[in-house]
Amino acid sequence: MRRIGKNHASDEPVILCAEEVSREFDDHGIRVAALNRVSFTVARAGVTGLVGADGAGKTTFIRIAAGLLVPTSGKMSLLGLDSAAGSLEIQSRVGYMPQKFGLYQDLTVRENMNLYADLQGVPMAQRSRRYEQLLTMTDLAAYTKRRAGALSGGMKQKLGLACALIKSPELLLLDEPTVGVDPVSRRELWKIVYKLVEEDGIGVLVSTAYLDEAERCSHVVVLHQGRLLAEGVPEDFSSKMKNRVSLVTAEKSGQLRRIYTRVAGEEGIVDATIRSGRVRVVREQESAGRLKQLLNGAKVKIETAEPGFEDAFMALIPRERDHLKAAGEAGGGSFSRKAEGDDVVVVHTRDLSRRFGDFEAVKKLNFSVKRGEIFGLLGPNGAGKSTTFRMLCGLLPASSGDIQVAGVNLLKSRAKARARLGYMAQQFSLYGQLSVKENLSFFGRVYGLDNKNLKKRIDWAYSEFGLGRLRNKAAVDLPGGYKQRLAMAAALLHEPDILFLDEPTSGVDPFARREFWLRINGFAEQGVTVVVTTHFMEEAEYCDRMLIMSQGETLAVGTPEEIRNLAVSAENQHPTMDDAFIALAEGNVRNASDQADSTGRQDRDSGGEP
Amino acid sequence: MRVLRRILALVVKEFVTVLKDPKSRVVIIGPPLIQFFVFGYAATYDVKNVRYAVFDESRSVLSRQLIGDIQGSGKFELTGYLDNHGEMAACIDSEKARLVIHIGPEFEKRLYASRPVDIQVIADGRNPNVALIALGYLGTIVETFNSRLDGQGIMRETAPGLQLVERSWFNENLQSRWFIVSALGGIISMVVVMILTSLSVAREREFGTFDQLLVAPFTPGEILIGKSLPGIVFGLMDALIFAAGAVYWFSVPFRGTVAALVVALLCFIITIVGVGLLVSSLSMTMQQGLLGSFLFMMPAVTLSGFATPIENMPLWLQQADLVNPVRYIIIALRSIFLEGADLAMVWPHLRPLLLIASVTLPLSAWMFRHRAQ
Repeated sequence: MRRIGKNHASDEPVILCAEEVSREFDDHGIRVAALNRVSFTVARAGVTGLVGADGAGKTTFIRIAAGLLVPTSGKMSLLGLDSAAGSLEIQSRVGYMPQKFGLYQDLTVRENMNLYADLQGVPMAQRSRRYEQLLTMTDLAAYTKRRAGALSGGMKQKLGLACALIKSPELLLLDEPTVGVDPVSRRELWKIVYKLVEEDGIGVLVSTAYLDEAERCSHVVVLHQGRLLAEGVPEDFSSKMKNRVSLVTAEKSGQLRRIYTRVAGEEGIVDATIRSGRVRVVREQESAGRLKQLLNGAKVKIETAEPGFEDAFMALIPRERDHLKAAGEAGGGSFSRKAEGDDVVVVHTRDLSRRFGDFEAVKKLNFSVKRGEIFGLLGPNGAGKSTTFRMLCGLLPASSGDIQVAGVNLLKSRAKARARLGYMAQQFSLYGQLSVKENLSFFGRVYGLDNKNLKKRIDWAYSEFGLGRLRNKAAVDLPGGYKQRLAMAAALLHEPDILFLDEPTSGVDPFARREFWLRINGFAEQGVTVVVTTHFMEEAEYCDRMLIMSQGETLAVGTPEEIRNLAVSAENQHPTMDDAFIALAEGNVRNASDQADSTGRQDRDSGGEP
Repeated sequence: MRVLRRILALVVKEFVTVLKDPKSRVVIIGPPLIQFFVFGYAATYDVKNVRYAVFDESRSVLSRQLIGDIQGSGKFELTGYLDNHGEMAACIDSEKARLVIHIGPEFEKRLYASRPVDIQVIADGRNPNVALIALGYLGTIVETFNSRLDGQGIMRETAPGLQLVERSWFNENLQSRWFIVSALGGIISMVVVMILTSLSVAREREFGTFDQLLVAPFTPGEILIGKSLPGIVFGLMDALIFAAGAVYWFSVPFRGTVAALVVALLCFIITIVGVGLLVSSLSMTMQQGLLGSFLFMMPAVTLSGFATPIENMPLWLQQADLVNPVRYIIIALRSIFLEGADLAMVWPHLRPLLLIASVTLPLSAWMFRHRAQ
């Protein structure tokens, strides 16, 4: 982890100063405060992180700073200028990169840069030098003639950053720059930001929902529902958590998930996650008594761990406890528990390929998923995960190769075969105008539930997902996290045997993500087979087995442990999933492909050809 | 039972999505009704108030009598008298008048001398239709004027050898409103149905909900039924309202049978639903769906015989037009309203419609799943 000296905000001249900034929005006649009297300062030559969940007010704050919004009350000044009155001058001295940077997809990298240089009025004489600097910094020099639309997600973000930096700003505002970007590109983006801070001495204000990124900031501001909860150096946050974090190791492998579901969401437990094959538990108190009580009877080893910013953040944010329940706990968990240890192969592919014209999106993919497994398809954007996923669900024909899901190819099979399948698409794809209740009864009826069963299952969905009080609200008006819950409830209403989830956690804040994985674990415990795609590497820890893809090819197949072990080296004894992915992507793993191959072959052998 | 429940759920959902959205709720009834009445009044071939100017060099009793006849016909509107030749051209150029009537200085003198007289009429040919009809009116007026001169003994008329006795069937007074309004309902309900159906699949594709339907245990045929019904119901409802409006508001005679009307409209709307769904299942976004439906509607209406006779088109185009569903309903509606056709009489026009539907509907069902993305 890199850190910029010991710069505290007070050591350096203030470059941005917010005083009691509030901003209200009108939501169907109700005044909603997106920001509520927020005050803090940003120093020159440092990175200030604006951290919070969805709806914390991060974007609103950055938009006010960029002069795009006027605060309802309070005052914000940048570079000594008022954000509202001096917005023109501020915009010429501040670089701003919104969440979706306005790159023109049909222009080349160079043309996009020219356009922004024109818009910012950068003199011709300075351009060639500046371009060279930016292109070297972002590693885009080789791609200047490529269309922006044809760049990968990470490259697009870097180009966006380059365009925001085109006029050497004194302050850089970045709004969630790393959302949807793979670990390699994320690392590179942060390197660029540090370089800017160290070499040019500019100030950076970056908003993020990735808590590991907060740790890289020199100063962190935590927002929650428009209010400032805490601010300080990341170490200050973590030091408060000393002796409250434990690592639980299961003595018997395969017990991990049960330990996790037993602990998560319980009283006295702030946070539970699976990290590098162990359950990481954050307690409310220093005493480990409650944890031991919860784990009573289980054969485990409990160690104390070094706290991080993430632990502190989770402890800081007030939450409703009932959100964090494993599936099935909240009444009427009606999935039939399947016999354990059966090796029935539910999903199987052989040499699965898909071409779009000349472009090979998926190249000869081989894997199989057993009943009751959580199987992850991992990889950066554009790796071919979604294409593979759509082929599995029968939404897209394969160019060559075989697919079998529950013994049939869903594209060609009769409609009945699809009845045992649950599907949750990447974007929110329920009927927006219909209410929660109408959506649920539509999907229930579609899967053939009769009135009695339908009522039972809808009641289950209301209690399981906390949707009861929102039943008459139109789906489109639901808050983000609830949309995702509704989508999941709709996918699970007919108690499917196989659940297909496409990027269920993308664009979702850390809380919703934890909640989601806890639920998925619960369902898997009950014998549901889950196939899930994600670009968050750390989420791979929740999977039983996974396949890591990059550019349509298989990088590795195996259990999380097997994959992590690929990256074990002298310097790094306990690599994370991120490390493993980076090692795989950079080809730094000896015999990686051999291993992947052998696991793949093993799959085929043990799975038994149908 | 399960199948029925599934289809019912889809049909209910389709209706609820149309009716819940205030915008689409309005679209299916408001603008179509307004269009029906506005077009019903506005679209007519009957030429009235033709602006004309007169360059009368004769300035005599008889020339004033002729101008009086023109003025009294009620079809023309005098914009002014001209003083020289130059003004005649300017008058037409600036569209001040569509006709300029030039009466020569010898007009009265030659008439009294029983010598043939020419009256010069310049018509604005930029709108040939209006020019033609106005000239026709003018011819009738001149004819009447001639026979009056004959009666007054000013001029001796040579007896004509042939005399035309005119009688129009079905539309005795040749009111163009009957011609237009009887078929108008079909055109407007087509627009409603096209917009509803061309958006229905495209909207779901754009919002990603279509994938949900495809992974659900629906057969393409079931989705087709669910997607067709709202279009059929709302389209038929609109078309029947327009038929009632034609009869009770515009006083167009209804001489055929109600059964023939309902069956003909139903066949037509099912065909249009087929076309709309085909367009929709080919589109990935709503914008593409709308563009596609307009791409179909413009030529389909223009070549339908709604405004200009199909017989006027070149032969190859007439043959290509055999696949245009709109031409059949136009013929069918006019023969039901004006001719008094029953089901047996319109059936030959409905058969091609069902043939077209039997291609477009299954094709769009197939497209649901096979439109690669």
